[in-house]
Amino acid sequence: MNGYDFTLAGVSLVALGSGALWWPDQRLLCVSDLHLGKSERLARRSGAALPPYDTRDTLNRLAADLTRLQPQIVVCLGDSFDDLDAASALPEEERRWIARLQAGRRWVWIEGNHDPGPIGLGGTLLAELPVAPLTFRHIARPGASGEISGHYHPKATLRTRGRTMTRPAFLADRNRVILPAYGTYTGGLRSQNPALAELMRPEALALLTGATVHAIPMPR
Amino acid sequence: MPLLPPGIEGWFTARGWAPHPHQTDMLARAAEPATLLIAPTGGGKTMAGFLPTLAELGADPAPGLHTLYVSPLKALAADIKRNLRVPVEEMGLNIRIEDRTGDTSQTQKKRQRADPPHILLTTPESLALLLSYEDAPRIFAGLQRIVVDEIHALAESKRGDQLLLALARLQGLCPGLRRVGLSATVEDPAAMARLLARHPDPCTIVQADPGPDPDIAMLQTAELPPWAGGGGAYAIPAVLDEIKRHRTTLIFHNTRAQAEIFFHNLWLANDEGLAIGIHHGSLDRAQRERVEAAMTAGQLRAIVCTGTLDLGIDWGDVDLVIQVGAPKNVKRLVQRLGRANHRYNAPSKALLVPANRFEVVECVAALEAVRDHALDGDPRGPGPLDVLCQHLLIVACSGPFDADQLYAEVRSAGPYAALPRADFDDCLEFCATGGYALKAYDKWRRLMQRPDGRWHLRDPRSAQRIRMNIGTIQDSDLLKVRMSGRGGKPLGEVEEAFAASLSEGDTFLIGGQIVRYEGLREMTVVVRRDAARKPKVATFSGTKFATSTQLSARILTLFAADDWPQLPRHTADWLALQRAVSRLPQQGRLLIESFPHDGRAHLCVYGFAGRNAQQTLGLLLTKRMEEMGLAPMGFVATDYATLIWGLDPLDDPAPLFDRAALRNGLDHWLAGNAVMKRTFRASATIAGLIERNIPAAQRKTGRQATFSSDILYDTLLRYDPSHLLLRITRAEALRGLVDFGRIEEMLDRVGSRIDHLNLQRVTPLAAPLLLEVGKVPVSGAAEERLMAEEAERLMQSSGLATLPGN
Repeated sequence: MNGYDFTLAGVSLVALGSGALWWPDQRLLCVSDLHLGKSERLARRSGAALPPYDTRDTLNRLAADLTRLQPQIVVCLGDSFDDLDAASALPEEERRWIARLQAGRRWVWIEGNHDPGPIGLGGTLLAELPVAPLTFRHIARPGASGEISGHYHPKATLRTRGRTMTRPAFLADRNRVILPAYGTYTGGLRSQNPALAELMRPEALALLTGATVHAIPMPR
Repeated sequence: MPLLPPGIEGWFTARGWAPHPHQTDMLARAAEPATLLIAPTGGGKTMAGFLPTLAELGADPAPGLHTLYVSPLKALAADIKRNLRVPVEEMGLNIRIEDRTGDTSQTQKKRQRADPPHILLTTPESLALLLSYEDAPRIFAGLQRIVVDEIHALAESKRGDQLLLALARLQGLCPGLRRVGLSATVEDPAAMARLLARHPDPCTIVQADPGPDPDIAMLQTAELPPWAGGGGAYAIPAVLDEIKRHRTTLIFHNTRAQAEIFFHNLWLANDEGLAIGIHHGSLDRAQRERVEAAMTAGQLRAIVCTGTLDLGIDWGDVDLVIQVGAPKNVKRLVQRLGRANHRYNAPSKALLVPANRFEVVECVAALEAVRDHALDGDPRGPGPLDVLCQHLLIVACSGPFDADQLYAEVRSAGPYAALPRADFDDCLEFCATGGYALKAYDKWRRLMQRPDGRWHLRDPRSAQRIRMNIGTIQDSDLLKVRMSGRGGKPLGEVEEAFAASLSEGDTFLIGGQIVRYEGLREMTVVVRRDAARKPKVATFSGTKFATSTQLSARILTLFAADDWPQLPRHTADWLALQRAVSRLPQQGRLLIESFPHDGRAHLCVYGFAGRNAQQTLGLLLTKRMEEMGLAPMGFVATDYATLIWGLDPLDDPAPLFDRAALRNGLDHWLAGNAVMKRTFRASATIAGLIERNIPAAQRKTGRQATFSSDILYDTLLRYDPSHLLLRITRAEALRGLVDFGRIEEMLDRVGSRIDHLNLQRVTPLAAPLLLEVGKVPVSGAAEERLMAEEAERLMQSSGLATLPGN
């Protein structure tokens, strides 16, 4: 499997090249910041008509991860929808698609800053999800441990022999993991950003997503 | 001079002057619907354009806009304002002349809309903005004439297409509008005239006396030019000597980067402290204006510059032009020569400085072309659809429109004369709904149809966003550079890709000084002055012009000669040696050399298709070679050849040059290339899919809110491959950065006449390519391996690899 094995609070986890986090012992798959309906929200808010295929593309990639891993629990770590209206404006076809993905497994929507409150789809909506010894929440809390969060869309850059390669990245240290954004229409925040640099311990790693996951000391 | 009113005629006679014949000719033709004047710099071109206006307006004109003047540069509009006001005052004419550009204050702009001057001087972008207002018919009521200055420069870019669409619109508002184009020497005046006139109106061409031929030669230097590279540093002492011998020297470079390096070296060698300045488009405006002012005041002995000084601004007493690096294009060279010596009928004086040995050949070929008056230029093809999309949005801002009427109006613009209705409808659909195969935005569509069939903006507030994004100039990938500290001095701009390659402590050149990179703050590159004598990072890349088709053909003709008395000895000997050990490339044939070097198989393809096309050829060929199992490792391209190296030698090159296979590579594999993505971003921005500027109130904080246009490109390619913007991107790829058109032109030229030579070692002509910078590694599996190696190294050296849990 294309992934990077590491431990958090004694739990073995795998950072996948797709940007999802896999907890084999619980058969739990976690994805963050799907931002479904982003193109619809942009059209509604600003009149920009971006290619309306982002939700489809995100679900395609998620479906591929689900087929491959067959998780029993799926945790969407917040900002699953670009806003609540985007959730309710989701075309019927895509609602049914999500329902098919949910069938036969436990599905948890964690509240995000973009999508607090009910979303009218199957699954459970929670502010945060504790699965001892870990806690899943949208935004990292300073001082927490065993914490899995998203929100920041971290990305990291690797420079080598004149080439610069930037990828969405997991940030991991002994207290927490911050997931990269999984949604298609999402940008990234450099790991050097003070918000990330202050959250992460000095020995934190950045796990660069892509065809192979590469671990490097988190660039700051 | 029967047509000249007494006041104006008196002004001429009082100075002992008489109008030039082309000036009176323009006056005599003032009533014609379209006239193109072709005149050299210093030929009183601008006055020729304005004389009919002054004659018609007379001493006491009625209020209202009479003449609109459009130029490519804001600075040129301001310059003309100064230079026109003086004679108008002296002639005693009560004519109001004002300019309106991005630099004009809001109050002034508002006043101009309410009470337009007689003569308004502006740019294509400001004109498009004026046309987007609902009161455009009132602003332009009574407009009689439009004068387009430096139309040859505008016609080479999308700014010209946008301007001609605006002219079509203006003509609808003012049916009697007469058009005048002012142009430097061009290769095809009739084509330029067809662009200018309302299609299918005729357009008279007035040719001014071109003046004497320029006095132009190659600079003689004690040092030999190097084998490769582009700086021209070897010529610094000789250039300094020339500067001392002349009043004011303009030193042109093809790229900003080369201008920076040359200026830096010139300054280090400038023991006498001659006043020398630098001027290029990436420098901060204030800094540029200082140089311009010093130059106009005659305080500078030399200015190191790029194309920004190409246009007809009056820079005073320039008596020598030096072109460093091969001119790449004869027409541009001739237009640059015109910058020296503004006295009409005096020859302008110029020197060429080849940057390397191959450019010696190119410079000699260019000198011959100038002597033969053989200008080059590639026809631009039909008007681009991204510009049309923006035009439709601009029209929608000004009020509801009828699609049939607008289609007819658009077809009256020269570049769009043959526009198919289906293309127009696709553009309209794109503007209205995004034009996706998936109909997703019915509720949020940008344009709606009214019951009477006319189109209008669904949300009138969107007009503001459209207006903020008018224009076709792409500067979105530039980052500002500032000195550190609060309110640090702005220095100019660098390309985003260059900024991304910098690490803290790297030093580079900007505005002639060495600065040290401190960091990136809110999309601004923050630097500090550095005392180093030599910058660590070469400098930022600039646009690289490709050698024109015609100039390439001249070089091949020159190669065919038995010997080369016109070339310096060192260069002639070099070519003779190539002929002895291999062959010289020939017109109508394709020379390919295979040789081992440094333990690797090398393949040199002398396509003479220009840098961009040779680069694309490198990408396509290495991809094919990878499929053939030849393990290519990298390539480098110049204007005349592509050198590829890899593990295994090539036996038969013919299958590599199969046209269908190369085409297929362009359609399928090259689609994922960064150059295509950059092309897409430019077109998507012009067409209004991506907004460069958004209102401050809607700007989100935090960079994670924005995402790269590459994602849009990838998504469209995957889910909607026949979308209008991808069609536009592919059409752009045939010219411009990908320049596949030149590859096809080369395939046509050589047919099956491919000469493949297997040689024992590197050849004289191929050797300089080994020294070229800008080598492109072949990616794919290689990139992942590089990443893995580097990640491993970082983990080990930081000690993180040994921590438990990792």
